[in-house]
Amino acid sequence: MNTNKLIVSQSPHVSDKNSVQKIMYTVLIALIPAFLVSVYFFGLDAIRVQVIAIASCILVEWAIQKFLIKGNNTIPDGSAILTGVLLAFNVPSNLPWWIIVIGAIVAIGIGKMSFGGLGKNPFNPALVGRVFMLISFPVQMTSWPKVQVLNFAMTDAETGATPLAIMKEGISNGEPVSQIMNSMPTSYADWLTGEMGGSLGEISALALIIGGIYLVWKKVITIHTPLAIFGSIALFTGILYLIDPQSFADPAFHLLTGGVMLGAIYMATDMVTSPMVPKGMWIYGIGIGVITVLIRVWGAYPEGVSFAILIMNAFVPLINRSMKPKLFGEKKKEK
Amino acid sequence: MLKTFPKGGVHPEENKLSAGNGIKKMPLPKQVIVPVSQHIGAPAQAVVKRGDKVKTGTLIAKAGGFVSSNAHSPVSGKVKKIDNMMDAAGFKKPCIIIDTEEDEWEEGIDTSNDLIKDINATSDEIRNKIADAGIVGLGGATFPTHVKLSIPDGKSIDHIIINGAECEPYLTSDHRVMLEKGHQILIGTQLLMKATGVSKAIIGIENNKRDAIEFLTNIAKEYDGIHIQPLKVQYPQGGEKQLIKALLNREVPSGGLPLDIGCVVQNVGTTVAVYEAVQKNKPLIERVVCVTGKSVKEPCNLVARIGTPLSELIEEVGGLPEDTGKVISGGPMMGKAVSTTDIPVTKGTSGITIFNKIESKRGVATNCIRCARCLSVCPVGLEPYHLKNISENEDWEMLEQEHVMDCIECGSCSYTCPANVPLLDYVRLGKANVSQIIRSRKK
Amino acid sequence: MNNMEIILYTLLSLSGLGIILALILYVVAQRFKVVEDPRIDEIDELLPGANCGGCGYPGCRGFAEALVQADSLDDFYCPVGGNETMKAAASILGKEVAEKEKQVAVVRCQGSPEHRKKTSEYDGPQSCILESKTYSGDSDCPYACLGLGDCVEACDFDAIHMNPETHLPEVIEANCTACNACVEVCPHDIIELRNAGKKSRRIYVSCVNEDKGGPAKKACDVACIGCGKCVKVCAFDAITLENNLAYIDYEKCKLCRKCVDECPTNAIVEVNFPPKKKKTEKKPPPDKKETEKKSQPKDNTNQASENEQEQQNSNSDETKA
Repeated sequence: MNTNKLIVSQSPHVSDKNSVQKIMYTVLIALIPAFLVSVYFFGLDAIRVQVIAIASCILVEWAIQKFLIKGNNTIPDGSAILTGVLLAFNVPSNLPWWIIVIGAIVAIGIGKMSFGGLGKNPFNPALVGRVFMLISFPVQMTSWPKVQVLNFAMTDAETGATPLAIMKEGISNGEPVSQIMNSMPTSYADWLTGEMGGSLGEISALALIIGGIYLVWKKVITIHTPLAIFGSIALFTGILYLIDPQSFADPAFHLLTGGVMLGAIYMATDMVTSPMVPKGMWIYGIGIGVITVLIRVWGAYPEGVSFAILIMNAFVPLINRSMKPKLFGEKKKEK
Repeated sequence: MLKTFPKGGVHPEENKLSAGNGIKKMPLPKQVIVPVSQHIGAPAQAVVKRGDKVKTGTLIAKAGGFVSSNAHSPVSGKVKKIDNMMDAAGFKKPCIIIDTEEDEWEEGIDTSNDLIKDINATSDEIRNKIADAGIVGLGGATFPTHVKLSIPDGKSIDHIIINGAECEPYLTSDHRVMLEKGHQILIGTQLLMKATGVSKAIIGIENNKRDAIEFLTNIAKEYDGIHIQPLKVQYPQGGEKQLIKALLNREVPSGGLPLDIGCVVQNVGTTVAVYEAVQKNKPLIERVVCVTGKSVKEPCNLVARIGTPLSELIEEVGGLPEDTGKVISGGPMMGKAVSTTDIPVTKGTSGITIFNKIESKRGVATNCIRCARCLSVCPVGLEPYHLKNISENEDWEMLEQEHVMDCIECGSCSYTCPANVPLLDYVRLGKANVSQIIRSRKK
Repeated sequence: MNNMEIILYTLLSLSGLGIILALILYVVAQRFKVVEDPRIDEIDELLPGANCGGCGYPGCRGFAEALVQADSLDDFYCPVGGNETMKAAASILGKEVAEKEKQVAVVRCQGSPEHRKKTSEYDGPQSCILESKTYSGDSDCPYACLGLGDCVEACDFDAIHMNPETHLPEVIEANCTACNACVEVCPHDIIELRNAGKKSRRIYVSCVNEDKGGPAKKACDVACIGCGKCVKVCAFDAITLENNLAYIDYEKCKLCRKCVDECPTNAIVEVNFPPKKKKTEKKPPPDKKETEKKSQPKDNTNQASENEQEQQNSNSDETKA
């Protein structure tokens, strides 16, 4: 006779090899190309911002978990690291360290832990941190250092505006779009590779798309949300462009500049804060796209992806409740 | 493209360790414990008492209603007692305990191995014989077969579907039955067709059992109206509704039965039992049980009498391994973990899966991250994470509105959950409560 | 001048807005007035306000509404507020209410690990109801406490706690309001509400195992094996034996403690009695029994007098001790 006590539990008795940890680290791997690009263009500053952001996110989560919630250590699940990386990706490389720390406290403390930790937050924590910083420290958050290829000297680089800011400024001064485009220091090809002013992670569309393809292949994200965002932005700005090419920029400009790529592929697809069913993802993505263009074209800020995602995050519970997957054997309506 | 059901499903590691090993006969057990109720429906009533002499095949418990089933003595000997004993579900139920003396069969039972192909019985006779023999669905659901074959007025069926999918990982009993009792399956299928007056039958087999597909396709040429359909490997294809969807692209309406869309589904093991009952007068007193597991010395498929303790079957395959953590009656996806190996084999025991300690431990449950994987794998189109939350809040009415009763308990959601949330545990709890509410409403 | 104008307009517009809104509110309030019995509010204030549901109604207000509508208060009882609250409520309604004896929850299982060997290990959500849906429990006794603390969670009054050593729940009598929440939530029906008894002294069978003696004893040292000795020794017919399980009727029990000594497995438990001092102390119980015997005929006729009588008994008990 076996003296061991048998374990009894309900079925199923097997599970696949997936885990929350794996998902988080897969996203981190997908962000590596964008990180390398940021180091390439912003030098050591990029690494400095990353390290501060990640370290402070981990510290804040650990402290809250240990002293306030008094729960298990949740650092190993990787979500704090991911929030740190995304937070760093959303700020300029020359941001003072104390602003990053404040951002991390807001992102993790208010954006995530106050709701009960991973999985319970209605808003993307990194974006909560970013928007808080943007509103509280508008000057620091919008002075973008000019890109300098492989410059590892920690000197104060010159600052310049992002293409979106140049565009907004130009249009509000009444200049025609074609003239603004000509005077712009960077071109489409630069935006694709990342040679433009902007936050750490948002500059290279190409690197972000490579990571996105990896995520889709690993089945961490589905393609619906990014496609819906890209599609709706392209369609909306395309219509505007066709109406008046001299007062509205073309769709390619809108897609490649600013935080659309980073937002659509990594922030909007955050599992916790995005809808569950494809139908819902389409609505959510289209909402983000439309709000982004509204803010960019008519709003006060040159960039609106963060706000758009946060606004649509608020609708997610509603979308989840109203969009149900099709039930097997659901009675079809009599025709 | 191989056929399969379109929505949801998972593909767990197959681990069909015993697929290559033929079916072996178990020696007679010294004592059998026959639960009075081994089926879904009204419990049967014991018709023997302490001290009675029974022969192999003697009726010992009579069906307690239409949706109920007979039980027969699996050995010949003396009834020791009728007592409450632990069954596979983990609860004590009345059982008839018989001390084996020898193996003397009841008269009229043909115990030879001769194949009887000619069908002489009329459809009513077939149905009655199936009911008398106490045949229930051998796939594990144990629904009385004669009930399924009684088509109510106003309904008509056009297909008999034979379930050879065996989508459960590890288990191979159906696979071996298909290889070794192909003719019996096909004759049994024809009996079912005759009983229901249907001219078409489809046997659905998953593509990881190529030898069985080939073998059955070959011999099926001798029989009219039986078609063998290979299927893509996908769990839970062995579920009735999923199988019909895969084979005929028909959907059983929510809350309905396969009957509503003109189908009757039977397991391959059941067809063999039907063959034996009708052609040989043999009641259902033994079944093929697959005993398997990674640390089991020689995983194999055994023919065991109903009522044999699991421990004897495990001894037969080399004993319970040292590092055993879990013994599961059934497969790893839908089987029940048992607390002791003293429980008996019943009509629904399709296998015994033995897990070592590491395999047995469930992952630590963490917060749901709303990754929606449970939604995408649910073959029914439910929202398991949502159902779990409602169930935890004990809002049974809302749970009913969310179609919790459509859940087939396949376990795909718990299987796939990256946060190891025991979704199905809570959904089951919800189902139990909702069905209670529904029952009390009907009264 | 300009500033004055601004202030004036602000004042005028804001107060105007206030008046208009107030009017709207007033009209709406009048139009959709719900006429409610003022006594509901009065009773609601009397009630404990814990909204525990022990009365069987959704919250205290629901109970108050039901009380006001009811013809007779016999079927109503607020276990938390007790007799005083019920009396006060009855006086508001001008009705009579029968007094009920204070009750307290008792846990009828002593199967700590030392008495009851675990035979398997449950792995799953830490909740009794889920374990009970999985199987009959991790020991050979299918009736025993599962020890995962659903009752602790159900209790709104911090009156029940798990003992980390015995893995069994323990009721803190001072906090227990007999609201029935733990009784309802226990999947094995182990917890029972019993009359608190005089001086909170109680005797009960701390076991719910309905198996035959053999398996019951094998599963747990302190199980009731259904031997019936207690039934024979009880002079008041308070103990019944059904399904191999003895049960002491708390209405009939006179707390003589004979059955406690008689029980071969110590399944009968006494609570809050002064400790016995072995041989010398054996006298009090028979004495008590005699006095109680005398009081017995009165019991049936008048409950109040019985209470008095019993009080005297226990008093005399103590003086003797």
